[in-house]
Amino acid sequence: MTSLDVATATLDVAAVRADFPLLQRRVNGHPLVYLDSAATSQKPQQVLDAVDNYYRLHNANVHRGVHTIGNEATDIFEGARTRVARFIDAPAEGLVLLRNTTEALNLVASSYARELLSPGDRIVLTEMEHHSNLVPWQLAAERAGLELAFLRVNDDGTLDLSGLDELLAPPTKLVSLSHQSNVLGTVVPLRAVIDAAHERDVLVCVDAAQSVPHMPVSVRDLDCDFLAFSGHKMCAPMGAGVLWARPELLQRMPPFLGGGSMILRVSLEKSTWSTVPHKFEAGTPDVGAAAGLAAACDYFDAIGMDRVHAHEQQLTSHLLSLLEEMDGIDVYGPHDMSARGGAVSFNVTDVHAHDVGTILDRQGVAVRAGHHCCQPLMKRLGVAATARASVYLYNTHEEIDALGDALAEVRRIFR
Amino acid sequence: MQVGFSPVADDLYREIILDHYRHPRHRGRVDPADAVVEADNPLCGDQIDLSVRFDGDQLAEIAFDGTGCSISQAACSMLCDAVSGRSREQALDVAQRFRAMLVEDGSPNDLGDLEALQGVRAYPVRVKCATLPCNALLQALDPGEDAQ
Ligand SMILES: Cc1ncc(COP(=O)(O)O)c(C=O)c1O
Repeated sequence: MTSLDVATATLDVAAVRADFPLLQRRVNGHPLVYLDSAATSQKPQQVLDAVDNYYRLHNANVHRGVHTIGNEATDIFEGARTRVARFIDAPAEGLVLLRNTTEALNLVASSYARELLSPGDRIVLTEMEHHSNLVPWQLAAERAGLELAFLRVNDDGTLDLSGLDELLAPPTKLVSLSHQSNVLGTVVPLRAVIDAAHERDVLVCVDAAQSVPHMPVSVRDLDCDFLAFSGHKMCAPMGAGVLWARPELLQRMPPFLGGGSMILRVSLEKSTWSTVPHKFEAGTPDVGAAAGLAAACDYFDAIGMDRVHAHEQQLTSHLLSLLEEMDGIDVYGPHDMSARGGAVSFNVTDVHAHDVGTILDRQGVAVRAGHHCCQPLMKRLGVAATARASVYLYNTHEEIDALGDALAEVRRIFR
Repeated sequence: MQVGFSPVADDLYREIILDHYRHPRHRGRVDPADAVVEADNPLCGDQIDLSVRFDGDQLAEIAFDGTGCSISQAACSMLCDAVSGRSREQALDVAQRFRAMLVEDGSPNDLGDLEALQGVRAYPVRVKCATLPCNALLQALDPGEDAQ
């Protein structure tokens, strides 16, 4: 195949599914239809093998010994750092390996916003943030006397950028926003926001928890200042998350946690810090999860993120038309495929999302139901909760149809 | 998909539950009230306000307001029905036996419509939906009670 063929060829979903042991399961007597990858993804054998291989053959603590196995473990951990940096097209010295998106955003809120901003400075967020891109800033704001302001969400689920210019004016120092909403699927025109922010010397922190797993993301192209995501949402194990930050910012930021691995020299009274990014990695890291995350990057690059994204777009478009054709279903979020990704929130008229979730589960269909850690957005939508179906590379069009059948059962029970 | 047979409709969404959900009894707010208790299930986003008025020892009026899933709303409606007009002691007894049926494997007896909620036991995450009004009632009956 020429490279053009590779880029345009569709994903071989049957082959992909064969890599994921859990997808072979049956649930409540039905084949599992897993439509909850926005919460966490399933893991392919290649990733499971990488974790297993690490613990079977190379397990030792990192950065602290001279013995052979210890060096191998260190190589695996540092290898994961460069591998993940390459995956997001970013310089590796800015890549901090943490546990998850939440920890990464807390690090920025604490070590950057709380420590380096001044009372009265403003941070701009949006109305559709996950609690993990809201609560850490509230904590920092309270402790450092910062002000928070919010971009609003339009009725169609897109972000209202009409007030952006005004919000970027002094005293704004930082904008933190998600690239893709975990509730509405909305994809934010990030490059435009970043360019506008940089014109005003405002930094931008990106919650990429729902974008890095689903589309090609280049930190160099985006030109963002901070970017956070979780390995577990991109086929890697739970326990490996990433903060990428401009190395010069990491230099200026004081440590987040103190302890082993992050120091240069320690006396009883005072310590000096290791170089970045190690300064932010206190204590023994989850090396097995990092090995799994590197394997997940290999897995995705072998398939091609373009192709993963194209497949998800097709599934999402199918899902949206299915939901729109059914009576009594409200879909939230943009309908225009160019403005959205594969997380689709909906409600069945007069039926609570938890009842929908329970009835779907009895038919083997796993969706998320609730406020999705986005209570302010629920309020904006005027609902207590939504059901959310989210697709990934291993989902099929037959599974979308199975969701449709299962929803028909919801309507039958609550007729 | 099988047609005409639905385990979830049989063991959880019994007709009587759906009936209370569609046509809730005691919906609204008692005014004036002797006690108003707010109860939340943060997991589901269920929120109810339970209000009561006593006439001496008698639970003269009880009403609930709020939003939630069919299980929590039906449980509110059924529980209000079951305790309305009863003495404090009788209401307390109903609430405790109802809670025992859901969380302690207690066998249901003499609980009327509330017995239909037994099926919820098979759905652990939904048990909290059913016990939500129960905890609110226990608090309304005895403000010292620590709603768990
Ligand atoms: C947009 C978004 N941000 C942040 C998070 C938090 O991710 P984690 O729980 O892995 O820290 C999630 C995941 O639920 C998310 O969807």
